[in-house]
Amino acid sequence: MNRNRLQEIIPRLVLSPSMALILIFVYAFILYTFYLSMTDSRMLPSYGFVGFENYAKLWDLRHWWRALTNLAIFGSLYIIICSVLGLFLAILLDQKIRGEGFLRPIYLYPMALSFIVTGTAWKWFLDPGIGLENTMHQWGWASFEFAWIKDRTLAIYTVVIAAVWQSSGFVMAMFLAGLRGVDSEIIKAAQMDGASNVTIYRRIIIPMMRPVFLSAFVVLAHLAIKSYDLVIALTGGGPGQATELPATFMYSYTFTRNQMGIGASSAIIMLVMIFSIIIPYLYSELKPGRQR
Amino acid sequence: MSAEKTAGVSGNKLARAAIYSVLIVFAVYYLLPLYVMLVNSVKPLEEIRQGNMLALPDVFTFEPWTKAWSSAQVGVQPTGLKPYFFNSILMVVPAVAISTILGALNGYVLTKWRFRGDDIVFGLILLSCFIPFQIALIPAARILGMLGIAGTTQGLVLIHVVYGLGFTTLFFRNYYAAFPTELIRAAQIDGAGFFQIFRRILLPSSAPIIVVTVIWQFTNIWNDFLFGVSFGDFDSQPMTVALNNLVSSSGGVKEYNVHFAGAILAALPTLIVYIVSGRYFVRGLMAGAVKG
Repeated sequence: MNRNRLQEIIPRLVLSPSMALILIFVYAFILYTFYLSMTDSRMLPSYGFVGFENYAKLWDLRHWWRALTNLAIFGSLYIIICSVLGLFLAILLDQKIRGEGFLRPIYLYPMALSFIVTGTAWKWFLDPGIGLENTMHQWGWASFEFAWIKDRTLAIYTVVIAAVWQSSGFVMAMFLAGLRGVDSEIIKAAQMDGASNVTIYRRIIIPMMRPVFLSAFVVLAHLAIKSYDLVIALTGGGPGQATELPATFMYSYTFTRNQMGIGASSAIIMLVMIFSIIIPYLYSELKPGRQR
Repeated sequence: MSAEKTAGVSGNKLARAAIYSVLIVFAVYYLLPLYVMLVNSVKPLEEIRQGNMLALPDVFTFEPWTKAWSSAQVGVQPTGLKPYFFNSILMVVPAVAISTILGALNGYVLTKWRFRGDDIVFGLILLSCFIPFQIALIPAARILGMLGIAGTTQGLVLIHVVYGLGFTTLFFRNYYAAFPTELIRAAQIDGAGFFQIFRRILLPSSAPIIVVTVIWQFTNIWNDFLFGVSFGDFDSQPMTVALNNLVSSSGGVKEYNVHFAGAILAALPTLIVYIVSGRYFVRGLMAGAVKG
């Protein structure tokens, strides 16, 4: 009997270090950051309670609005372009392409790179002095101009270009897996009825990809909100504040501008944004698996 | 349209040629930045400034590579990237090993030793995958300071283990969920204990998921920038941080060729893993997209 008691406790004992770490480093940290966001912390944490003052200050900052606007532009373009491009490439690759095994890894390898590497590569590629613009001039197209990365209103789109390059192959792989799961009987039946291929894709196959669209949306949205490294390596948030995102905003307010209270409140807002996407998704994903 | 064609665009030769050309254009698009980095990393600086970014080198030199590795200015010291490369290795190896082992045990408990409330435990662990790390930066800095491991490799290992646990647990849980529970019941009746069952029955058939998990963790931790820049010192800063310092160090001439060589050096380990075991890499990405 003793042995049985032990056997009952061991599993929980094994789980407990991980659980303890996660309770502290994730959930207690969230509470602590939330608490800090209600204090007058500047360079170091301080515990003078100020209520929601930091949040009020935050929403009054043009710099924060700039970061949010940029996130809206960057996030929506990133999600839309990656999804469209990913689906498009997946459909093309699904046409019994010879050399698929060769092409697919080429589309996907950027996902294995660090955003710092991606940022470094694209930074010079987009730099008018040595990159694409210079190359076009060398080839004799003297009027070619491509200096978005130096332009305050257009710089955020260069972040989109680099991020799409990095992630679209991954979305392609998700769609390709989805397409391979489509029952070929359904397609055959539609072909018997004389439906054209475009119609089959538009009316039957693409609507069946709904779960993939949803997964892609969740993954990309959460990557977009967390985006930090790419901006740091590509533009450093500039020119000016032109490519500032909430993640870079939080870092600079907390660690370089010594406004820890405001930094903490911006982190809480980021958390709320992500959780409002992730929690409903996880809830709906995990529900059917429960009875297992 | 002929009826004997199965899924996909049946097609005349023109359509197929169009599909192939589009696919090849995109392959070029994904390869171009890597090509630009490679080609320019073996050119003398003079040639980059005068010449065309896409042109092959007139004068071939390995000097930028040796410089990036061992003598380039990174931050304040002319150490090259070498010490940081080893910082990364020393950080990645233990972090990957520990988080994978813990994840395997957690997955085992959560599927084969279920207890009341285990889905809440799993939910809490799973949710930790998605938090924006900005929420953890301030308290993590304090805890690492309290433990006396701020700025050390141990500190970074701890952080990466904690924030990797969610994914490693998820991978193993999903894998073990499909493993027949009857085998485990039978072993229990024969008197096998918790660890015996794990070692003798589950572990021998876990090779694929271990590979997936190790690759996933390796890629993520190697590519991490945010934690490295927040919690690393000269003795512990990883490769990504050093690369960013190398590239953005102001003052003096911008040595693009050295930057490119450095970027490739930073990308090389994950690229090699990807080339050697791309199939598993993709599986990890898919599982990371939460297929519950």
